[in-house]
Amino acid sequence: MLLSMEHLRKEYPNGKIAVDDFNLEVDRGEFISFIGTSGSGKTTTMRMINRMLHQTSGTIKIDGKDISKMDPVKLRRSIGYVIQNIGLMPHMTIQENIEIVPKLLGWSKEKRAEQAKKMIDLAQLPAEMLNRYPGELSGGQQQRIGVVRALAADQEIILMDEPFGALDPITRESLQDLVKHLQEDLGKTFIFVTHDMDEALHLSTRVVIMSHGKQVQVDTPENILRHPADEFVTNLIGEERLIRAQPNILSVSQIMLKNPAAITPDKTLDDAIDLMHDRRVDTLLVTDADGVLQGYVDLDDINRITDATTPVSRFTNKEVFYVQANALIGDTVDRILKQGVKNVPVVDAKKHLVGIVTRTALVDIVYDALRGAPANDEQPASPINADIHAAATHEGGESSQ
Amino acid sequence: MIHFLQVYGMQLIDKTGQHLYISAAALLLGIVVAVPLGILLTRMKHGANAVITLAGVLQTIPAMALLAMMIPIFGIGSTPAIVALFIYSLLPILRNTYLGMEGVSPAVRDAAKGMGMTWWQSMIRAEIPLAAPVIMSGIRLSATYVIAWATLASYIGAGGLGDFIFNGLNLYRSDLILGGSIPVILLALLVDYLLGKLENTVTPRQLR
Repeated sequence: MLLSMEHLRKEYPNGKIAVDDFNLEVDRGEFISFIGTSGSGKTTTMRMINRMLHQTSGTIKIDGKDISKMDPVKLRRSIGYVIQNIGLMPHMTIQENIEIVPKLLGWSKEKRAEQAKKMIDLAQLPAEMLNRYPGELSGGQQQRIGVVRALAADQEIILMDEPFGALDPITRESLQDLVKHLQEDLGKTFIFVTHDMDEALHLSTRVVIMSHGKQVQVDTPENILRHPADEFVTNLIGEERLIRAQPNILSVSQIMLKNPAAITPDKTLDDAIDLMHDRRVDTLLVTDADGVLQGYVDLDDINRITDATTPVSRFTNKEVFYVQANALIGDTVDRILKQGVKNVPVVDAKKHLVGIVTRTALVDIVYDALRGAPANDEQPASPINADIHAAATHEGGESSQ
Repeated sequence: MIHFLQVYGMQLIDKTGQHLYISAAALLLGIVVAVPLGILLTRMKHGANAVITLAGVLQTIPAMALLAMMIPIFGIGSTPAIVALFIYSLLPILRNTYLGMEGVSPAVRDAAKGMGMTWWQSMIRAEIPLAAPVIMSGIRLSATYVIAWATLASYIGAGGLGDFIFNGLNLYRSDLILGGSIPVILLALLVDYLLGKLENTVTPRQLR
């Protein structure tokens, strides 16, 4: 456990309780967002981690060491810190800005210069910018420097306080990509304070939702979208976003029909026709004895064959389009719709047939996501929502794989 | 003019030297006291106004009265003059230091502390450099005041270019009056120009 916070409480002398019994364990490489309304204590909690504020009670440990017993100056040098107002020193060049903490740590001039070069590459900015002053850069470029400066001394934990709040949406998105890259590829651990739900859901491995100094919900973005803890969380996320998010949190297995009409290759034409009649379908999926998907047979193909004893294997269409059960709908929907088929078989990792997705079910999901509201407002338990709940109760374990 | 320089040339150089010495000593003392005090004031929100008001009150004491008040304490000569002028130099430096330090963006201060600078490092590396242009303009203002008022120091026996002026006034000799006044004006202008240069140098490139 890289960072652990236990029973944190912050009470101001005027009796206002900013943070109340905050508990969190953070693993190396996680991206934790603190989100909540203003005054929810999210920034206060973050600032206790590098002792910019001191908790009234409770402990914070980094690598098992209680930070209240550490030298606050040394502690802060070991933790990256990025603030909303960028906080670059306007009288220092970009290079000097990047070198601040390495210099405080007494790195040699050569090592510092080398690191500055590395950091500006990481920020995806040209090396010439090292000699410029912050005022000569755009807001987005300045914050890129602000972000990489926080890593310049190989800090493992980076604290960010609404770092992209003042940037325009396009610039913000490119900076989000930058921090995501730092977390995923360099394994940095981020504690990220934001009030932008999209940002939190997009970047985080876990989201901490706070209200009035208390943790309301701590979970992965997917789980928060699936099961908002209470009305506050639902409101914070927004009805719209919950529906729009469906393609991205639902897996194929959650909307598929189980027990599709299937036949083994050794059966005859007669058997196939009987089965189609019984199940009232015009297509049969073909699986071997172990249930592995082989192909499909279509009524059109069968019509051309006269001998009723012909085995199914003779007219099995082997070119079958299928999807993985654990794939997200958002990732597969385009491919499915482009194929122009009515039904798509769903297989597990070993290509065993597990179900079938109908084009209708898929279109419903996409339609809702685009329109942003359930097709039928009078029936909150629409088939899709029912599926979500069913999936959540029955397949929670499976889908989290 | 040439005649004046032939007669009083050596004396003029001597008096200019005294004048500069009194002014520089007073100004240096002013800087040494007012800059740290101004910085300190930004750290204690409550006392700041009181101290700046007090410095303002000292500023309103007539120069002659202040000089006269120094005599019982320090006697006559350059010491009482330096002390009196030092008191005059305090306010502009103190006020500008305070305003300059207050003007440093809280984000810069927060970032400096959050990155692990000690209080001292934050001062030396971030806050003072950023406040330097404002502090310097206070010093510059004080410098011109002090040079002008050092003229009066002659009255309590401190010497300086004021000697020419007072002699001229007593003897109705306009050449002596001008011979004292013009160098004072030139001196003030020159020092102001040089400190202006210095102010420009200490101003971070990006803030000019």
